[in-house]
Amino acid sequence: MTFAKKRLLSLLLGCGLALPTLAADLAVEVEIPRLNVAEYHRPYVAVWVERADNSIAAHLAVLYDAKMKNGEGTKWLKDLRQWWRRGGRDLAMPVDGITGATPTVGKQKLRFAQGKAPLGDLPPGDYKLGIEAAREVGGRELLYIPFQWPPKQAQQATAQGQSELGHITLDLKP
Amino acid sequence: MKLLRPLTIAALLAAALVPAAQAHNAWLLPSSTVLSKAQWITVDAAVANDLFFFNHNALNLDNLSVTAPDGSKVAPENLAKGKLRSVFDLNLTQAGTYRVAVVNAGIMASFKLKGEPKRWRGSAEAFAREIPAEAEELNVNEMAGRNETFVTVGKPSALAPIGKGLELVPVTHPNDLVNGEAATFQMLLDGKPAAGLEVTVTKGATRYRNQLGEMKQKTGADGKFSVTFPEAGMYWLDAELKDSKTSVKAAKERRVTYAATLEVLPQ
Repeated sequence: MTFAKKRLLSLLLGCGLALPTLAADLAVEVEIPRLNVAEYHRPYVAVWVERADNSIAAHLAVLYDAKMKNGEGTKWLKDLRQWWRRGGRDLAMPVDGITGATPTVGKQKLRFAQGKAPLGDLPPGDYKLGIEAAREVGGRELLYIPFQWPPKQAQQATAQGQSELGHITLDLKP
Repeated sequence: MKLLRPLTIAALLAAALVPAAQAHNAWLLPSSTVLSKAQWITVDAAVANDLFFFNHNALNLDNLSVTAPDGSKVAPENLAKGKLRSVFDLNLTQAGTYRVAVVNAGIMASFKLKGEPKRWRGSAEAFAREIPAEAEELNVNEMAGRNETFVTVGKPSALAPIGKGLELVPVTHPNDLVNGEAATFQMLLDGKPAAGLEVTVTKGATRYRNQLGEMKQKTGADGKFSVTFPEAGMYWLDAELKDSKTSVKAAKERRVTYAATLEVLPQ
């Protein structure tokens, strides 16, 4: 995509117009299950794109207690263990456009476009979408959904969590 | 012949090595090894065969040395020695890897003075000064031991080799260990690859199983070995050798030991 097109795209998106897709698009729906526990804290969640060599191609979302004073909330980022060791520990938190508040119970829709932060220009190849959740006085769960980029046609892939995560949907559009 | 040479060297070195003597295990047990924020940790230190249970003696921490990622020394706080374990707190303020080590080196001598048996322990410098010239049946041994663990805040940083005694040098960073993945380390003796050295890795919580399940590996000609940790948990790694590189002439033998506590996290 040329620079001019990119500008046009962001301009149009900025105007809130429906747009014929100019660039591939990746949407993730993360379900946070309602848990019947005495002490519930909203989970920390990381969503990222992982290369075949296990390095991180793009950090898409890190949902944690970013609002706690003195960065106290970063203390538990290491509990998102896989994300932390794959590349989370290389970031200086918080990161604009990636960090957000801990999610509430229900479905969270996250949408990313090729050429735009935080997905950026993802080179063609085989990837995995990583979704990891860790909860204070709770457990941890990690799911992966493999995908090819860019998608040749509209595709949907799903994963089902068992404890800390519910149904995960990955929608790819060329 | 080209292929044979390193093997021959390894075999010769291996022949010089002695299996680990039966002695109580000494270990450090950090409260955390992987941190995402600068914070306090606490470390227990004990001498006990069971990993990692305090049921024998506290570890002497006179020679405790804590090195920050930037190479500066960190003073332990709230250091206390109990009956069964020692404990200290560390304020980890820098990003990177801290080395927490107890390094013991010294001379042990036994002799007779006017027919009376005596035992002496001290530094190489003190040895010449303190052993009386009329000592008889003088038996001198040297020991050099390093017992350590590693803790990382944020991104793991490089660990500069010490170059003295037996030590573990990361190929895989010691704070980047997960179950089911092979980790590679290199053992150095006085800064050079320790070939043909037997390294034992034992998982903690030994009280709750009937078999120790030690994993034994021999280092290659380059001093390297690999280990795949079957489960997450705290592990104790140890190795030992004897050689004749003593720092005092009277010592026949040098016993060199290394131990490290490594935490393996679940995938």
